[in-house]
Amino acid sequence: MNLLAGTWQWLVDPANWSGAGAIPSRILEHLAYSGIVMVVAVVVAVPLGLLVGHTGRGSGAVIGVSGALRALPTLGLLTLFSLLMGLGLVPPLLALVILAVPPILTATYAGVAEVSPQVKDAAKAQGMTPLQVLTRVEMPLALPVAMGGIRNAALQVIATATVAAYINLGGLGRYLIDGLAVRDYSRMLGSVLLVAVLALAIDAVLAALQRALTSPGIRASPAGAH
Amino acid sequence: MTWLPDNVDLVLRLTGTHLFQSVLPVVLGLLISIPLARLAAGSRWVRPLMVNGAALLYTIPSLTLFVVLPVVLGTRITSIVNVIVALTIYVVAILVRSCTDAFRSVDRSVLQAATAMGHTPWQRFWAVELPLAVPVMLAGVRTAVVANISMVSVGAVIGIQSLGTLFTDGLRRGIAEEILVGVVVTVVLAVGLDQILRLTGLVLTRWQRPGGRAGGRAGGRRRDPRGGRSDSAGTAGTGPAPDTTAGRIAATGGGA
Repeated sequence: MNLLAGTWQWLVDPANWSGAGAIPSRILEHLAYSGIVMVVAVVVAVPLGLLVGHTGRGSGAVIGVSGALRALPTLGLLTLFSLLMGLGLVPPLLALVILAVPPILTATYAGVAEVSPQVKDAAKAQGMTPLQVLTRVEMPLALPVAMGGIRNAALQVIATATVAAYINLGGLGRYLIDGLAVRDYSRMLGSVLLVAVLALAIDAVLAALQRALTSPGIRASPAGAH
Repeated sequence: MTWLPDNVDLVLRLTGTHLFQSVLPVVLGLLISIPLARLAAGSRWVRPLMVNGAALLYTIPSLTLFVVLPVVLGTRITSIVNVIVALTIYVVAILVRSCTDAFRSVDRSVLQAATAMGHTPWQRFWAVELPLAVPVMLAGVRTAVVANISMVSVGAVIGIQSLGTLFTDGLRRGIAEEILVGVVVTVVLAVGLDQILRLTGLVLTRWQRPGGRAGGRAGGRRRDPRGGRSDSAGTAGTGPAPDTTAGRIAATGGGA
């Protein structure tokens, strides 16, 4: 297991942890790409999912469009966009946004659409306006499912942001591509392990956020019982 | 449009290997998941262990597995074996969850009736339990297939041949048409396989059709198994709060 020893050495080598292009700055680049993508995707997908879930109109279109988007290969979009638009940040970020939108959109929609009609009727009977029903009843009840979609999207984006390096950008994928070019498998293995740890760490943060945001009224629901 | 006519052979060959790399893991994953899920569905203990373990597996990025597996398996880094093993792991991560849900969705009184009619547990599994679990199980299989089709192409980044090769090669040589062909064929594969699975599902669940609900799309499919059980917990029908990755995938998965 020479490779494992080499990988360990690469990971703990102080030279890899300071200066430009070192691991910390690559992690920051990776997080910056993923963060921008997630913000854009949430801003696009959540309001749309809420609207469709609340009104019940266009649900067929949402499922159809997100299914079609899901089938699009991110690497294909990335290479196509960068060929058509030139190098820079826009092509990879656009490709990753297209990756992130479907899970967030379908989960937000499903979360709102699954709120029981009796609960909504009860809210209306108590005198809530449609906007109040949405913000005080549907959104809190949909939150666990919607956050599930956001966490799913975040995992995929962090994992896939690696390919940004394929078109000469930074991020942790840089080590993978450069390592491959010189057949340095230790560096490749080290970098993909860092991506996995980063993905798990962000998922843990989002899980904590989900717990904190979930209304106490439904927190006790038997999530673990299923 | 000059690239495609000259490279039809290449596209066909890559489509073939792409299909192989995405479909074989689903078959293998299903063979592994069904017994695991049956075990998990019947046991209070095994279920959280298995469902959460599966969710954890899904958080590993695919490129990570493509690079790590050669170390574990002793294969070459460009071997498609790595992709097949990696995707099988993901398929298991998706299907253990959805198959467990599928088995749990089967009405207990139906199983008791089957036993009362003299079915042995083995017969009961094949004749009653498995067929009744198909609709929920199929939703997971469709999610897994569509996910695989798009994941296979990532292997091209480290030199594993698939339709993704058209992306890397097209970028290197500056041929947009080549990339476009790759994207279109990938989408056609995903949508085509998804439709084949949908039709297979209709054939396998003919018993369900009389009196079936209209519009059984993703949302309906997911609600179905739970709606059947009495739910007095007052959770406003949010179903299971999908706190695990595979759950989220199963929850958000649907038709392409």
